[in-house]
Amino acid sequence: MTNLLYSLGGVLLFTMGFFALIACSHPLRKILAVNVMSTGVFLILVASAYRPESAGNIDPLPHAMVLTGIVVSVSVTALALVLACRVQETSNLAFLKQQRNGSEESGE
Amino acid sequence: MMMSKPGISGRRRFDPFLLLIFLLVLLLTLILARAVCTLPMGGEGLAGEVARFQQQSGVESPVTAVLLNFRGYDTLLEVMVLLLAVIGVWSLATASFVKNSFATSPVQISVVRLLAPLMCLVAAYLVRQGTHLAGGAFQGGAVLGAAGVLLLVTELPWLSVVPSLLLRIGLLLGPLCFLAVAILCMFSGRQLLQYPSGEAGWIVLLIESACAVSIGLTLASLFAGGRPGGDVSDD
Amino acid sequence: MTLIMLFDILLVATLLWLAWRLLATEDIFKAVVLFISFGLLMALAWVRMRAPDVALAEAALGAGLTGPLFLSALRRMERIRKEERRVDTDEDRDDDVKAGNKRKETI
Repeated sequence: MTNLLYSLGGVLLFTMGFFALIACSHPLRKILAVNVMSTGVFLILVASAYRPESAGNIDPLPHAMVLTGIVVSVSVTALALVLACRVQETSNLAFLKQQRNGSEESGE
Repeated sequence: MMMSKPGISGRRRFDPFLLLIFLLVLLLTLILARAVCTLPMGGEGLAGEVARFQQQSGVESPVTAVLLNFRGYDTLLEVMVLLLAVIGVWSLATASFVKNSFATSPVQISVVRLLAPLMCLVAAYLVRQGTHLAGGAFQGGAVLGAAGVLLLVTELPWLSVVPSLLLRIGLLLGPLCFLAVAILCMFSGRQLLQYPSGEAGWIVLLIESACAVSIGLTLASLFAGGRPGGDVSDD
Repeated sequence: MTLIMLFDILLVATLLWLAWRLLATEDIFKAVVLFISFGLLMALAWVRMRAPDVALAEAALGAGLTGPLFLSALRRMERIRKEERRVDTDEDRDDDVKAGNKRKETI
């Protein structure tokens, strides 16, 4: 029962993040949505391995997988944030004007 | 209607295209929920197998045993992924260290001076206790990374004069140590990452310590958001 | 038994509510702060799932790293946008600075 409750919570988190990923346009919101999605997947994985104290040991394999997954998702988030900043920088009006001026000067 | 559409401003609430997407996502939710309901829940899984070979793994914590012994190949590749992320960030931007160090309040500086060594101590403890309780390289590395973030936020002036060679060596320490152990195992007539029986305990601890340092430095340099200024690769 | 059940339902409901709020708020800064609290509550959920290793990692990474990462990226983006506005409306710069100050006060 507990497994099912948390797993369904994970499914809802996943689809919520998925919808926000499609519907929102701000890059930071998209990265947040991907993070919520990944948390949902982790919740499903760990919840499917859960068993009450009386039932014995828990399968440690999903835990190890989720542990590495969390660390990887943080590093991927950092990379995505730097990319988003770079996109904003290069689509920046100031940058574009500077580039245009630079190319005009070099053309002359 | 508001409930159903997160992140949408009032103007776009009645976009028919968005409604279509919402319905499709709802359908996906139902399919996934149906799939989850049929999953085998709370089974024994591989718990018995792990418990059976726990003695051979050299550590007492099942999660650490799975991470660094039974599925060591996964963890090796994962540490490489972290390294790749740093390479990606470093090739995209240059970190801008110390700009307005006078703006940092003295209270913050003294708190950081107190906290940073304490966090290093906690990280070392987490790595050490990972052999028999919850904890390990990733948790210790995360705490180390948080300490690094604290130092970066405080904008201490000495951070900009840390030689980048030292940083690079620290970043490579974990992956190279892991790889060296894996290859040495191969040379001594075993398979890749098959530790010699009886000596697995200290090998796992060695790899964990090296990886914790690397992961902490990786996370801190990811937060710094770019390659250190005045680097060898700069013109 | 029922008390634990109640706790489970409350925790899952709070997690879902926080996720919805963080994806739906207009203000990105608020969304990031909600995401940090979402991560901390997630750590509680990991403890409930008998996964203390994952809970430790989530607490350290969710609170100590992901939040500051988003906040620093947000600050960098704001700075880029401010520069853009300064070049875009060069003659109205004074008005712009005043507007910026006013906005800071409201924040």
